[in-house]
Amino acid sequence: MKKLINGVENIVDEMLDGMTAAYPQYVKRLEGFNVLVRACGASPKVALVSGGGSGHEPSHGGFVGRGMLDGAVAGEVFTSPTPDQVYEAVKAVNGGKGVLLIIKNYTGDVMNFEMAEEMSADEGIKVEHVIVADDVAVENSTWTTGRRGIAGTVLVHKIAGACAESGAELADVKRVAEKVIANVRSMGMAVNACTVPAAGKVSFELAEDEIEIGIGIHGEPGTHREKISDVNNIADKLLEKIFAEGIYGEGDEVCVLVNGMGGTPLMELLVANKHVKSVIESRGLKVVKTLVGNYMTSLDMEGFSITLLKLDEELKKYLDAPADTPAFVQC
Amino acid sequence: MAGVYECISLIAERITENKDFLTELDREIGDSDHGINMARGFAAVMEKLSPEDSDIGATLKKAGMTLLSKVGGASGPLYGTAYMEAGKITAGKTELTPSDMKAVIESAIAGIQKRGKAVKGEKTMLDALIPACESFSESIAHGADMIAALESACESAREGVEYTKTIIATKGRASYLGERSIGHQDPGATSALITLEAILDYYKGA
Repeated sequence: MKKLINGVENIVDEMLDGMTAAYPQYVKRLEGFNVLVRACGASPKVALVSGGGSGHEPSHGGFVGRGMLDGAVAGEVFTSPTPDQVYEAVKAVNGGKGVLLIIKNYTGDVMNFEMAEEMSADEGIKVEHVIVADDVAVENSTWTTGRRGIAGTVLVHKIAGACAESGAELADVKRVAEKVIANVRSMGMAVNACTVPAAGKVSFELAEDEIEIGIGIHGEPGTHREKISDVNNIADKLLEKIFAEGIYGEGDEVCVLVNGMGGTPLMELLVANKHVKSVIESRGLKVVKTLVGNYMTSLDMEGFSITLLKLDEELKKYLDAPADTPAFVQC
Repeated sequence: MAGVYECISLIAERITENKDFLTELDREIGDSDHGINMARGFAAVMEKLSPEDSDIGATLKKAGMTLLSKVGGASGPLYGTAYMEAGKITAGKTELTPSDMKAVIESAIAGIQKRGKAVKGEKTMLDALIPACESFSESIAHGADMIAALESACESAREGVEYTKTIIATKGRASYLGERSIGHQDPGATSALITLEAILDYYKGA
């Protein structure tokens, strides 16, 4: 394993201090905790807290700032943060109008965030949560853990964040977040797996000519393997699965996110995006906003995911609203 | 006679010895961190506990709180809740009768089920713990002593771990694999077995 680190034990700690060193105008760290909050402190609006295991940078700390998150909790690499950490974040960002927790749908994340919500409620803090489950690679069933939360989560941060910034009440911010969740779907693939520093080896092995379709963002294997083909063909397969959901139809306006997994050059993501846009338009939809880049990564994994969000006037308004965070700036 | 501190020390030692093994099992069907997280959690537990700790309930509660705040992932809340629930029913005790131990295992299982909303047969730690609990109860009902009952519990837990190789995961990250999870043993069931074996060895040595 070749990594630019000082030791596997200190990665998260040093990363968080590196964030505050780079972006003191945006974020500060809660002393003694793996929590980043806005540098300006709590404000009298509904506050948004997200988080999860580390290794998905810039998620989630990179989206702390005006128009998006108020706090981000960082767990160990690919490991949900613990309830006490989430609870500290809630206390620090609560400005009196309540706190919305944005949770990605993983067994550990849901349990830890829900325990923090119970602890906060005991202290009289108004807390609600939403669970993002946008990954269509996973069959949705009442008998399983259900779909994973992946790159679509960033669009929930953006839109619910703008809604909160507008002065909306907690119930309304939650409603808007849930509307995004209902209309956002993603699917990803990997050319090469990632290496969790503490594990020291790749999370799954692929042959020179093999790719893994339907991967998550934690190095967990995907739904199946196949021979590599050109990116247009790969993008077609991912889009096909997303369109099979039946929620995107002719005439719809959509936001597209072509998300890098961490180890794929922007050049390749842009090549993919060219085709993604033309496929969506050939189906009679209108792409009104496109994001291309590393938003929800999986350490050094090579690959990408495609996310589609169907927009209505309300979601479009909040998507277009200004945001000013380390990893997402929009005037 | 040595007590709860020594028993938890032995569990911590075994978890740490098996750190890489548990992580490797998790690499195959999960996200490569079960051993790492459990070892980190138990290292923190050993820092928090003192050889002076003798109240089983208070010590289990302290261990549970520490696991909850140090392990993370799904194992943190699950093992944390299990230890805290076991702590509730052993408050003030300094040693356990076999029927106390039965109550400890039952309350730990109830805590895990409450938090994880899982049942038997979903390829989780419950597939080791529930059969172990049933065998333990049956053994003491037939007059077995602590060691004999724990031996039969460990035997059933081992069978439970083997059984997890044959079934599809429907809880946790392994559930994303669907049928591809067959053939792999569940890391959580394995760490549960390691825990039970450590408890047995503690009683054998005590």
